[in-house]
Amino acid sequence: MRLELRGITKRFGALVANDHIDLVVEPGEIHCLLGENGAGKSTLMNVLYGLYDADEGEILLDGEVQNFEGPGDAMGAGIGMVHQHFMLVPVFSVAENVMLGHETTSGPGILDLAAARETVRSTADRFGFHVDPDALVEDLPVGVQQRVEIIKALSRDAQVLVFDEPTAVLTPQETDELMAIMRQLKDEGKAIVFITHKLREVREVADRITVVRHGKVVGEAEPTASDNELASLMVGRAVQLTVDKEPPRHGENELAVEHLVVARPDGQVVVDDVSFTVHGGEILVVAGVQGNGQTELTEALIGLYPDFEGSIRLDGEELKGRSVRKVLDAGVGFVPEDRSTSGLVGEFTIAENLILDRTDGAPFVRAGSLQLGLRDEFAREKVDEFDVRTTGIDLPVGRLSGGNQQKVVLAREMSRELRLLVAAQPTRGVDVGSIEFIHKRIVETRDQGIPVVVVSTELDEAVALADRIMVMYRGRVVGIVPADTPRDVLGLMMAGVAPESEGDAA
Amino acid sequence: MTAPTVDGATTGAPDAPRTVSTISWKTPIALAVVLALYALLMLLAPREGSARFALSTPTDFFQIPVYVIPGMGTAWVCAAVAAALLVVSVLATRDGRRTPLWVTSVYAAALLFGFLAWAAAGSPRDLSVVGLLGGAVALSVPLVYGSLSGVIGERSGTINIAIESQLLAGAFTAAVVGSLTNSPWAGLVAAMIAAALVGLVLAVFTITYRVNQIIVGVVLNVLVIGLTSFFYSLVLVPNTQTLNSTTRFERLPIPFLERIPVIGPVLFDQTIVVYLMPVVVFLVWYGLFRTRWGLRLRAVGEHPRAADTVGIEVLRTRYRALLIAGAVGGMGGAFYTVVSINQFNREMTAGAGFIALAAMIFGKWNPIRAALAGLLFGFATNLQNVLSVVGSPVPSQFMLMLPYIVTLFAVAGLVGRSRPPAALARPYTKE
Repeated sequence: MRLELRGITKRFGALVANDHIDLVVEPGEIHCLLGENGAGKSTLMNVLYGLYDADEGEILLDGEVQNFEGPGDAMGAGIGMVHQHFMLVPVFSVAENVMLGHETTSGPGILDLAAARETVRSTADRFGFHVDPDALVEDLPVGVQQRVEIIKALSRDAQVLVFDEPTAVLTPQETDELMAIMRQLKDEGKAIVFITHKLREVREVADRITVVRHGKVVGEAEPTASDNELASLMVGRAVQLTVDKEPPRHGENELAVEHLVVARPDGQVVVDDVSFTVHGGEILVVAGVQGNGQTELTEALIGLYPDFEGSIRLDGEELKGRSVRKVLDAGVGFVPEDRSTSGLVGEFTIAENLILDRTDGAPFVRAGSLQLGLRDEFAREKVDEFDVRTTGIDLPVGRLSGGNQQKVVLAREMSRELRLLVAAQPTRGVDVGSIEFIHKRIVETRDQGIPVVVVSTELDEAVALADRIMVMYRGRVVGIVPADTPRDVLGLMMAGVAPESEGDAA
Repeated sequence: MTAPTVDGATTGAPDAPRTVSTISWKTPIALAVVLALYALLMLLAPREGSARFALSTPTDFFQIPVYVIPGMGTAWVCAAVAAALLVVSVLATRDGRRTPLWVTSVYAAALLFGFLAWAAAGSPRDLSVVGLLGGAVALSVPLVYGSLSGVIGERSGTINIAIESQLLAGAFTAAVVGSLTNSPWAGLVAAMIAAALVGLVLAVFTITYRVNQIIVGVVLNVLVIGLTSFFYSLVLVPNTQTLNSTTRFERLPIPFLERIPVIGPVLFDQTIVVYLMPVVVFLVWYGLFRTRWGLRLRAVGEHPRAADTVGIEVLRTRYRALLIAGAVGGMGGAFYTVVSINQFNREMTAGAGFIALAAMIFGKWNPIRAALAGLLFGFATNLQNVLSVVGSPVPSQFMLMLPYIVTLFAVAGLVGRSRPPAALARPYTKE
């Protein structure tokens, strides 16, 4: 089925998310939609899928204009979507999720689970993987959940398949398997739209590439284009893909974590006997697929899991048993993984967010009263220093772009006297310009002789930023290796395969 | 309170996520506290004489003689049994296991029996077991229907705090329509319609206008109390004969079964509304878990966006759920005026809707468990009636608190994890 989008325009208030976008996807082709976070790719696909109404433009399938009232219509017309955030009900079984919305019934409205199981099995068999139809989705690993999404789309006989940032949650090996599935679908004659911002993947599978920037199509590219060409097209200027840094000069500070075990309240061990040391002047990147204990590791470092076993020592001082307040006072800067839920108070102004961590005394609070003048002066200084693009310090921080929000978090955490910096996913959902800035600041912190721990799920970022890389898998350390370790070795490590000879294990 | 302990460290990448046992002392602590309170009561207020338990009614196939047992002796024997079970629970917890269900069940039964023996000790009157259980079934009717209303509404993602107003609206309408038509059936149907309308108002404000669901529920409860009280004084009181004097459903004894001792009169000599109760419970359970309607309803309550992306009309599904929930709640409301007594009284539901809400939570949003919880709370409510007949020393107000205390413990997680639908209280917008 041939998909054509003509002049799609979607506005949210004053923001034009999609500005007259044209796109043609032929059957039997993988068409990559490449663009930065916030470029309008997902909005476009939500229009295609009937979730949003386009303000202008039309959708054509095999030359016929479609009018989708909702996702039901789009699906009926043969469009299937594998969503970035899986659209699966966690407490339902695989079969229930697959049948939901077009249930097979026996008798009046009575579910025919046997038929649904059979659908799951036969579709899975076609692609040579196995999914238990009776497993609850919440118990499945993310890679398998994604396959359930694919089965869901295929069981409705989709002819146009949209993959929205499908590799964000996958290991490199799982990504390869997904690519194979996409190629097989293509060979079956499906039209495939592959949305991503990862250049490597684009060049691997794309037949055609359309680049989107600020809601507009800015060009087409061949899969043979180089990374730099694609990146500059995507960002609109020349981009530096590597991080400039000197070899590390080890300082005196040191973070030593020994036999750290963190368990969730339900007893599941999420950080399992983790030991590592980070010297001053060194960046240790904790790599791994999302959800392998990195979040809990960083949270344990700043005292959010008071019950952990093992020890965390900063310059020889034991941090175990200290409250978060005392850990921060000891000189730990913490950039949390999700700035909107745990990094910032969205409704508070930039100035208020910048002093959120120092409201318990001088200089910003005296005799129980906020020192507004001092606060604003401090805020202006930080906004300048960290290049936060804003109309003023009184703007609610939630209205800033992702990159600028992250700079506010960074400004706050870096303005204390630091002895350790922990940054979890510092560049997630951040534009390329801000990524460059954030990387630069992190490297500067390291060069001041401060130990830095960065959690990243993006292999590119890990390799660019790290002095050493620690890979975690299911709560355990698979290995600690130098940053110049080959990517395929790192990929295998992310799937839990320990490297043959452990490089630098210290 | 919980400390992780590591079991068996292995090297290399594990195949499955490892778990450590987290020991929770909640259950044994709760059991010990309750036992201590019980023992304290027995020590501070010992009672003389024997307790008389009557098991038979005159129409039974055969008569069971009245059991006469020593009050305090029985009470202390029960305390000893409970203490033994407490030890079992402590040992189990120390070994990192959960306290088995039978331990808590037998523990509760022992203390209850001991309490009854103590309360009835020295009373010249028989404590009628049939009266206790039969009354419990009757009193639980509005609770069970109300909790089903809650389950249906909340499974679809809307907090249904308005059960009380549905019961009251149902009771009022059933009284008026039942009186006008002289037909309890018409009253029952009218009650269902009235309560469904309450559900509709809830739906309009929470689903379409996305007003905070708890606020709308509370407002509805107050509004219906006000409306029914107003019309009661203005219209019903002056016209009691024509508007507030219903024909009630007759008891329909089931031949033979009704004459089985104890369970006969309790279960098989009831009205149609009571017989319908297990049927409706089953239908709601089957509907929720075995039909397309239920799958979609639950999907909308768990992950509305996922439901939307497969073409399910989220808002319409939620509307329909609240209408059906209201109708089921209305059946419970009709109980007051076409089953229990034959007229409406001001605020006659007296908070039953909130106990039904508690039963729903206690029942973990499962129709069958919620119905069982409703029966339990009905039992607790009836306990105070029966105890006042035998001249119990416990003030009835204390017994009335029982369902709420049980609920507090339930919500605090004593009876296992209770997980509400994930999208509960969240209005759905497409953006």
